[in-house]
Amino acid sequence: MISQVFILSSKGDHLIYKDFRGGAGNDIVSIFYEKVTALTGDQPPVVMNHKDIYFVHIRQGGLYWVATTTAGSSPFTITEFLNRLAALVKDYCGSLSEKSVQMNFALIYELLDEIVDYGYIQTTSSDVLKNFIQTEAVTSRPFSLFDLSNVGLFGAETQQSKVAPSSAATRPIQSSREQGGKSEIFVDVIERMTVVIGSNGLLMKADVEGEIRVKCYMPSCSEMRIGLNEEFSIGKSQLRGYGAAVRVDECSFHQAVRLDEFDSHRILRLCPSQGEQTVMQYQLSDDLPSALPFRLFPTIERDNGGSLSQELSSPDQSAELKPQSRAVVWKIARFAGGTQLSALFKLEVPSLSSASMLEVGPVGLSFELPKITATGLQIRFLRLSPIQPGPSQRWVRYVTHSDSYTIRI
Amino acid sequence: MPYLGGEETVRELRRALSNPNVQSDPLRYRNTILKVIRTMSQGVDVSGLFSEMVKACATVDVVQKKLVYVFLCSYATLNPELSLLVINTLRKDCQDPNPMVRSLALRNMTNLRLPSLVEYVEQPLTAGLRDRAACVRRVAVLGWAKLHNLHPSSEIDAAVVNELYSLLRDPDPVVMVNCLRALEEILKEEGGIAINKPITHHLLNRLKECDIWGQSEVLRVLQRYRPQSEDELFDILSLLDSFLVSPHPPVMAATLSLFLSISSNLPVISLAALERVSGPLLAACGSGSREMRFAAVCHIQLLLRSVPGLLGPHYKRFFCGYAEPAYIKERKMQVLVELVNDENVAMILDELKGYCTDVNTDTAQAAISAIGRIGRSYSDRCLQILTGLLGLKQDHITSAVVQTMRDLVWVCPQCSDTVCLALDGCEETLQDIQGRQALLWLLGVYGERISTAPYTLEVLIDRVRSEASLGIKMELLTATMRLFLCRPAETQDMLGRLLHYCIEEETDMCVRDQALLYYRLLHCGIEKTREVLQGRRSDPSLGVLIGRPAKPVSQWARCFNTLEPLSQGAVEAESDSRGSPEHVTYNSKPNADLSDTLSCSHIEEVHSGSDSAMRCSDSSTNVLASSIAAPLSLSLSPAVSPEDFEHLWLQRQALHTERGAEKIEEVDCAWIEECVRCPAVLHCSPQSLQAAMQLVNIQTLAFTPQQMLPWRVYLYTHTQRSHSMDAPNTTLILGELLCTGEANQKSGVKKGTADSEAGAEGKEDQLVRKEMDATADRLRVSEDGQEEEEGIKVILNQQPKDDDALRQFLTILITVLNTLSSEKD
Repeated sequence: MISQVFILSSKGDHLIYKDFRGGAGNDIVSIFYEKVTALTGDQPPVVMNHKDIYFVHIRQGGLYWVATTTAGSSPFTITEFLNRLAALVKDYCGSLSEKSVQMNFALIYELLDEIVDYGYIQTTSSDVLKNFIQTEAVTSRPFSLFDLSNVGLFGAETQQSKVAPSSAATRPIQSSREQGGKSEIFVDVIERMTVVIGSNGLLMKADVEGEIRVKCYMPSCSEMRIGLNEEFSIGKSQLRGYGAAVRVDECSFHQAVRLDEFDSHRILRLCPSQGEQTVMQYQLSDDLPSALPFRLFPTIERDNGGSLSQELSSPDQSAELKPQSRAVVWKIARFAGGTQLSALFKLEVPSLSSASMLEVGPVGLSFELPKITATGLQIRFLRLSPIQPGPSQRWVRYVTHSDSYTIRI
Repeated sequence: MPYLGGEETVRELRRALSNPNVQSDPLRYRNTILKVIRTMSQGVDVSGLFSEMVKACATVDVVQKKLVYVFLCSYATLNPELSLLVINTLRKDCQDPNPMVRSLALRNMTNLRLPSLVEYVEQPLTAGLRDRAACVRRVAVLGWAKLHNLHPSSEIDAAVVNELYSLLRDPDPVVMVNCLRALEEILKEEGGIAINKPITHHLLNRLKECDIWGQSEVLRVLQRYRPQSEDELFDILSLLDSFLVSPHPPVMAATLSLFLSISSNLPVISLAALERVSGPLLAACGSGSREMRFAAVCHIQLLLRSVPGLLGPHYKRFFCGYAEPAYIKERKMQVLVELVNDENVAMILDELKGYCTDVNTDTAQAAISAIGRIGRSYSDRCLQILTGLLGLKQDHITSAVVQTMRDLVWVCPQCSDTVCLALDGCEETLQDIQGRQALLWLLGVYGERISTAPYTLEVLIDRVRSEASLGIKMELLTATMRLFLCRPAETQDMLGRLLHYCIEEETDMCVRDQALLYYRLLHCGIEKTREVLQGRRSDPSLGVLIGRPAKPVSQWARCFNTLEPLSQGAVEAESDSRGSPEHVTYNSKPNADLSDTLSCSHIEEVHSGSDSAMRCSDSSTNVLASSIAAPLSLSLSPAVSPEDFEHLWLQRQALHTERGAEKIEEVDCAWIEECVRCPAVLHCSPQSLQAAMQLVNIQTLAFTPQQMLPWRVYLYTHTQRSHSMDAPNTTLILGELLCTGEANQKSGVKKGTADSEAGAEGKEDQLVRKEMDATADRLRVSEDGQEEEEGIKVILNQQPKDDDALRQFLTILITVLNTLSSEKD
């Protein structure tokens, strides 16, 4: 049971406040903000309480999404609800930011009104909600030269128009109705890698958590078939095909996915509802089929004398020392495959002792690898049936993120 | 938040709202209303616009209607009279052909929260329950709950309740779930909706139609249901099995809660469910949402209390991510400590070592204390890491390490040599109060082995005038006194100076009184002082607590899937009740002597521990152990925490030795010692021993690792014997199994008083159990002098006394031990 829901900006501005059960004081939002900012840690814990009122909050898009509730409620339900709410707001407003929430507050009130009644979650399915939501989303898209380059000379198709613009998936789902014909569907394979490499260069831990996400802008889509690699196998024992198997340890599917063709042909069938949904989640531990995307060869030398300096191997990189987090941040804008980059950092440490070496490291890498999946999962085909009237576009995208890629020194 | 120029804005908005030009243009009108709502959510009081907004309500534009309703619901309670004007519009909307408009009107009518409007609302609500459109019925059902809460004391209309019960069979699943919710609220006084067999089966059959929110709600309500037969129970469980491994954490957690509550009498089922749920829980630990991860990790901690080895192979999943927030890291480290075993200890320690130098000092300190915890079982490796960390000479790390070492030394005195060597020189790096207090304590207790101890203290004593912390002063006094006892020549002079300062110049009464106390104590002679200050030391064998007892599921099942495990306080209390004194307890009362605090906090923990144990175990099992003869039954509840046990044990031992000379019959507790010949038990793994004991409802609390000498096990149980007519007669039995390993131990039954030993022991320090046992052995050997094979001494302690029960218990225990030995052979 949820008593209130509110959204705060990181500076504590009230963006949305909805009281479902009544009876709470007006100062409840300020109490929450005081509690959140009073804590010293880098991020406050998820649950805080003030007398009998419990605040559960999540952070997304730089905002605090807060629900107040009683001690007996399920943390899983409330967190999942807040996550779902944020996802819905993102679907309806296009993107998640202070600005988009501020501009679309009427829409968000309307959403909240339909999602929760008297503190009880009614529905969060975008299929149901689309019948009730009347307000149009307001978007602000900055003018971009990239949009212009998409327009070919005399309407001819340019090379760029085959690549979805990066902003394509960050528009509100409802605007598609008016733009007519711009019915698109995005299937994203997103993987997050958690890797720990020991100081001896041995792989200590490698986890991949992946999901297939479908974002659908089609007003009506009866059935979609997603074909995965035929040699895709689940669990340690099962092996399929002759080539290198694509294997995951565990795998779970969205309720709406029908799996009757999954065992034989690795085909997922579903009727996507508007907006974003996670169709499949999978997870692989330790046994990666491919080599790790990045290797690091650290060497540390003690050097007497000299001053602070840095040497980078090419000009489009930058590096800076962050004294607050005691880290050197080396940014590489683009890193072509099969190449090697090097950097040399010289730091001055007061009272250097042999023990100070213990303090060096670990190195954390954060990256985004487009067009690659660590498990090797591919989408063979993406079919919509019946064939959509009018032009429809289907996009398949792969991306691997680093969740935590740590190399010990 | 105060918003400057608020009044100006309100005035402008009012002007715009009442402007006929704006009113005639729907788009402008809507935009003006949008502005009102925007100002409202910024925190400006726009209640003055109420009457204008009421007018705006009468429109065909649904978007505008919705906006106005947002406004009206926020301010209706301030303007009950004007709200009456809205009711007409709302009632008209309830007749609208568009179901969306009907549901909207009905919802907002009930959201006005005005008791005066109830009479106008009841009729449309009744009609709403029979509406064709499901969305109207959903709203109407909850509407009745809202109405009831406006007048919680009013009479419940039986017709409405009946209608709601019948709507449980509504084709729309959301209506069904809303009915459950509404009935729960309306019938709160009667304990909620009546969950009987037909309703339960109906709900279970329709569970698949609901979405995840509905499912978790239904599962939560069903926790009250008690199946009537075992068959029914298993039917329900197998029906719910697929929900247990649901990819949605809310459903998974709610199902597990239900499993635990309906199978609370069948521990085997509960354990199987925990096993099964570990997969989805682990998946939630890797969820993309940090908050979800946190909730999952906190609940895994609960699971581990009952099944310590559950996730051992998956320990890598609890390695901390680089960018994870500190609160997740801290919990993950707590889990890692629980998962340590012989195979993974090297990997886990390596990982934890990496966290010790984390930029976040909280994380670093948590990692260090986690290493200290692991040090209780793997002291050498951990001390090596901790000593290495001291070399960093960073004040927060050094402080955490010294505190960890102090806690470790208390539990594992065998580490003291390494600790004493490591302490050298760290007083220069220590800055904070807790760290320095810990160092002082160590200097005082192990002063004779740290060569520089007097010099370190001397520096501090010279600076005592400028010392601000009370705690440090007290600690300094005690440490100097202790050091004086073992190294008088070097310390005498500085002790004199310190006492002089504290008595003559110190303004704080606590410090002064303490100093006076020590001063007078010294007058009583050195022997007396020694007795007071160097009283109790920890027992080395108790320190090796490898198998922490698995707690029954019922102890935490209640708080599973609530916010409790996620709250900060829960963890602290939990870690407190677990084992040795920790620095958390000192902070609360810095002005008590540390060694006193140690024992005081101990007793306090005992109380809090037993309280919570009592609270939790009220519903726990009282199952008849199958292998026992009928009249006597053993049970584990109420649970006895290790601290509790130690406390009781020492108390009774003291009692026993004191009264030894007198007649033991006067005391209402029995003390018996017995020797059992089953040497193979020594080679039995702690797990199997524990499992075997639990089969017959004996709880093992602590044991030394196998093959270690002296080998001991501490256990307890409750006996229950129903006399023919009386109320059941319950006793608590505490026991110790001991094997000193000397081959020539005597056998034979020693019961009751054992005068000669008691007399000898009485002179010894009564608290030092080990010595006492040793004396006992020596005496016995000298008494009989006959060589026997290895035996296990069983010492039992019962309260209140019940000889028959005790004898029966002993037979059970011996049977178990013999079975174990024979299995081993």
